Amino acid sequence: MFSFIARRLGLLIPSFFGITLLTFALIRLIPGDPVEVMMGERRVDPEMHAQAMERLGLNKPLAQQYLDYVGKLAQGDLGESLRTRESVWHEFLALFPATLELAMAALLFAGIVGLLAGVIAALKRGSLFDHGVMGISLAGYSMPIFWWGLILIMFFSVGLGWTPVSGRIDLLYDIEPTTGFMLIDTLLSDEEGAFKDALMHLILPAIVLGTIPLAVIARMTRSSMLEVLREDYIRTARAKGLSPARVVFVHGLRNALIPVLTVVGLQVGTLLGGAVLTETIFSWPGIGKWLIEAIGARDYPVVQNGILLIACLVILVNFVVDILYGLANPRIRHQR
Amino acid sequence: MTNPLAKTAAVDAAPLDQSLLYPSPYKEFWHAFSRNKGAVAGLLFMCLIVFCALFAPWVAPHNPSEQYRDFLLTPPVWLEGGQWQFLLGTDELGRDLLSRLIQGSRLSLLIGLSSVMISLIPGVLLGLLAGFFPRLLGPSIMRLMDVMLALPSLLLAVAIVAILGPGLINTVIAIAIVSLPAYVRLTRAAVMGELNRDYVTAARLAGARLPRLMFVTVLPNCMAPLIVQATLSFSSAILDAAALGFLGLGVQPPTPEWGTMLASARDYIERAWWVVSLPGLTILLSVLAINLMGDGLRDALDPKLKNAA
Amino acid sequence: MKQSTLQAALAAILLSAAAPLMAKPLVVCTEASPEGFDIVQYTTAVTADAAAETLFNRLVDFKPGTTEVQPALAERWEVSPDGLTYTFHLRSGVRFHTTDYFTPTRDLNADDVLWSFQRQLDPAHPWHDKTSIGFPYFESMGFQHLLKSVEKLDPHTVAFHLTRPEAPFLRDLAMAFTSIYSAEYADQLLKAGTTAELNSKPVGTGPFIFQRYNKDAQVRYRPNPDYFRGKPPSDALIFAITPDNNVRLQKLRANECQVALYPKPDDIPGIKADARLKVAEMEALTTGYISLNTEHRYLSDVRVRRAINLAFDREHHVEQLFGKGNALLAVTPYPPTLMGYNSQNRNPPRDLDQARALLKEAGVPEGTVLTLFTRNGGGPTNPNPRLSAEMLQADLAQVGLKVDIRVMEWAEMLRRAKAGEADMVSAGWAGDNGDPDNFLTPLLSCAAAKNGENYARWCNPRFQVLIDHARETADPDQRAALYVQALAVYDEAKPWINMAHPKVFTALRENVEGYVINPMTNNNFATTRVK
Repeated sequence: MFSFIARRLGLLIPSFFGITLLTFALIRLIPGDPVEVMMGERRVDPEMHAQAMERLGLNKPLAQQYLDYVGKLAQGDLGESLRTRESVWHEFLALFPATLELAMAALLFAGIVGLLAGVIAALKRGSLFDHGVMGISLAGYSMPIFWWGLILIMFFSVGLGWTPVSGRIDLLYDIEPTTGFMLIDTLLSDEEGAFKDALMHLILPAIVLGTIPLAVIARMTRSSMLEVLREDYIRTARAKGLSPARVVFVHGLRNALIPVLTVVGLQVGTLLGGAVLTETIFSWPGIGKWLIEAIGARDYPVVQNGILLIACLVILVNFVVDILYGLANPRIRHQR
Repeated sequence: MTNPLAKTAAVDAAPLDQSLLYPSPYKEFWHAFSRNKGAVAGLLFMCLIVFCALFAPWVAPHNPSEQYRDFLLTPPVWLEGGQWQFLLGTDELGRDLLSRLIQGSRLSLLIGLSSVMISLIPGVLLGLLAGFFPRLLGPSIMRLMDVMLALPSLLLAVAIVAILGPGLINTVIAIAIVSLPAYVRLTRAAVMGELNRDYVTAARLAGARLPRLMFVTVLPNCMAPLIVQATLSFSSAILDAAALGFLGLGVQPPTPEWGTMLASARDYIERAWWVVSLPGLTILLSVLAINLMGDGLRDALDPKLKNAA
Repeated sequence: MKQSTLQAALAAILLSAAAPLMAKPLVVCTEASPEGFDIVQYTTAVTADAAAETLFNRLVDFKPGTTEVQPALAERWEVSPDGLTYTFHLRSGVRFHTTDYFTPTRDLNADDVLWSFQRQLDPAHPWHDKTSIGFPYFESMGFQHLLKSVEKLDPHTVAFHLTRPEAPFLRDLAMAFTSIYSAEYADQLLKAGTTAELNSKPVGTGPFIFQRYNKDAQVRYRPNPDYFRGKPPSDALIFAITPDNNVRLQKLRANECQVALYPKPDDIPGIKADARLKVAEMEALTTGYISLNTEHRYLSDVRVRRAINLAFDREHHVEQLFGKGNALLAVTPYPPTLMGYNSQNRNPPRDLDQARALLKEAGVPEGTVLTLFTRNGGGPTNPNPRLSAEMLQADLAQVGLKVDIRVMEWAEMLRRAKAGEADMVSAGWAGDNGDPDNFLTPLLSCAAAKNGENYARWCNPRFQVLIDHARETADPDQRAALYVQALAVYDEAKPWINMAHPKVFTALRENVEGYVINPMTNNNFATTRVK
């Protein structure tokens, strides 16, 4: 087991270097440099431009810049944003909880609804409910989510006034960002009603972001459940006279969950970095928007290290899923 | 079922016999496919879209770029103020929405098709290489794919479009690059599965060279999951193109691309819901149709995968 | 009044989000995150609003709602007869902000003024290299060449020595990049080695004191009790960062904010119709235009440029883009409220036949392709560049010119437009000191043609001489006469398609008082309150 984990960890090192190289190259391939962007419509003196580039260390040869970058990384230094002069790590820490909170809420929503719908559809295979769930989940899977977000806002926020339009909380509440998770921070603060307000703000974005994972989870649960229900041990459990609920949820679902987990692991990347559209529509102050803006501003350190951080997270999550999968399934452990 | 005429006509009758005893593979495929009603519905809808795309200039009632400046934001015909002249209403410049949607189908299909082709071919090639050279080349290809998979795909696409500049071809390239890893992984997995089979060993012993082994012996047996993946990425290409268009990085105006139409109409959502809702609905329905077809294809081509999501 | 409070209370209960237990703060929906608070490092309007207008003051500033200069930190000033020396007498008893991170021990004095200018001017100043890219505004205004020295005459008197007479100088000193910082606070940071905090923990003399900033979410301020013009009336000022203009309006309707900046022109009638809302509007110092590259094979011919101007359906274009009555048709590069506006300039009425004839005369073949560069997002000078480009494309198609629209990301467009790759550029400009020179020199001078900022790449010696001369002329009437002549030259040459001077709008809740809209599109809330 230990060697299995060690081998998998070893595989991560080249990936890590690959990511640094890729992001380093990507952002520099984009035409234009940070100084030009910051000057905007205004005049750029060639002399001033050269000075600024020198100050930023961007006049050095690329290979040198890359080595500097990796060297700094090795010391745990992620650099500072060229635009705001704030350390990239701090900016990440300030914005990441918002994305994580949204992603977790979306996953929670998708997980609960998706699992339930999938299990029931599997149990009532071929019924109207089954067809309905499968149809709806396929539609969810086909949804252009930016459009979906706009439509939900128009209907629930503007039309019915049930949910707030955008943002994380009504700004009349002055919430100290202790943890960065609005739901927790509002509970820690003594402002009445703030928690509820934060929750109301979270509902629509979570639904929008959770739509595609929901579809995937429902479909996966259904098919994996169908497979499990055919297995001998389920028949045995039934024959033993265990209650149907116990058979389904304890014996069936637990085993059906393994492939579902793998799929969820694959969705994490989409949820963290792919929340760009949802964050844009709901003015959600998360990292997706941060990175898109940084690409626009050619803020090299932010793009490089922001993407690196997300990529590492995604790799880490998949790594953990891998290990869990390996634990559950010895056959995989011994594959090369 | 035996037909003496056919028998006499054929010089080499033995394989023909087989095909007479079993239904032809196409027939078998159609039989399996048509059992899935959703898939058939998807196919019909797709036929409609393909028809519109092929014959857009004749099907569309108006020139999609013609600006009727006296008819700005005319509502669809069933609403008050609607005009029979503009069945689905007009957009913010007085252009006929139906004609633009029809013209847009060309573009979306083109983007979907070409990005699938552009990622499928190198993807399969890299996958074959990775499968056939498991020592050094394979793992390095796979590490590269892991790296690409770890980057959020939309961000990667945005960065690529930023590098290449916006435009139709660059959008296609960006989407193709983003969907590359899926093909590589899939092909490699399929190849690894096939390599241990007896028929491959037999071909090897018979002295088949590497290219023949790769493309003639192994590849055709890996096609089923690839075809399914191609349909899936066809639909996600349409979604990605729309998302890029929505972020303002899509094709150039006045080309009517669905996502771009939606994005530029967003400002009018409160006054004229149809300019936002109809392109979005069109995207949803087409992608749904393709996914339904994909489901049907998977069931028909690859019963093993039937239960995979 | 009473009834509306009752209604509001009822509504709050009905909407079930219990009303927060705070007195009357002012929430402003702004359009983007400020880049930082060390204002001299940045050039964007949003950063200027969040720092220069709230936290800082300058020696002089603009009288609210006008382009007139009024005393601020300087009580009065004298200009030497040769126009080379400006002497400022500072107001006494001005306090810097007291915050968690800084307690001032002295009032504002000449050292603070010196620090604020020397930092940008003097390469040997300990703070000069403590920014990432330098001092973009200071340098793009050419201050490093204009200022000979800044001199402290006594603790409350400062003299500026210029290298040449510069008529707009006083106005320049009202601009954000001349904000006055606390030298004492800077010393404290320098000693502690935390110079980056000047950008994240600002201290100034302005009407509001910095409290908190959450990127992409909010900036919070509290009123400055010692503000020299009197404590601002609102209990707190909150900038709710809301990039989407539809959402800003929706939040305003829901009373999640009381002021929404930059509403879409398209929404203005709807806001006016809503009894709970009102609109502040003003003819702003902005211009939207399309430059014609005068180095292009065909566009170098003035007949072709005239033909394009003749084919352009200006009235329809502006009305469709901005809405009826929301923008003034542009005739010159700057709006008529500024000095030296030439009322003789005219846009020719649309005449397709004449346009075709001119093109034929100039030998432009049918179907000639012209590229048009435009950005992918809207701004105050052009709310929907894509739409605008498509309309121009349709207009020019009628005279046989094909327009190839290239929508690109802003940074990319600027770079390529400056490099002269575009035949036409859809661009805009917001004047920031109310001086005509602030439009003509950056946008149409020969120097700008060389560095690319003049997208038309138009360099006309006659025009250049006139604006150079005007710039050194102190007498307003003489200056105005020179500008009238310069604009006549411009009118003849037609390096641009004049489009519009859009009005600037701010949407407010009906119960907001004391907000003054500014022609320079800056926003100041020192006197604003919610009734």
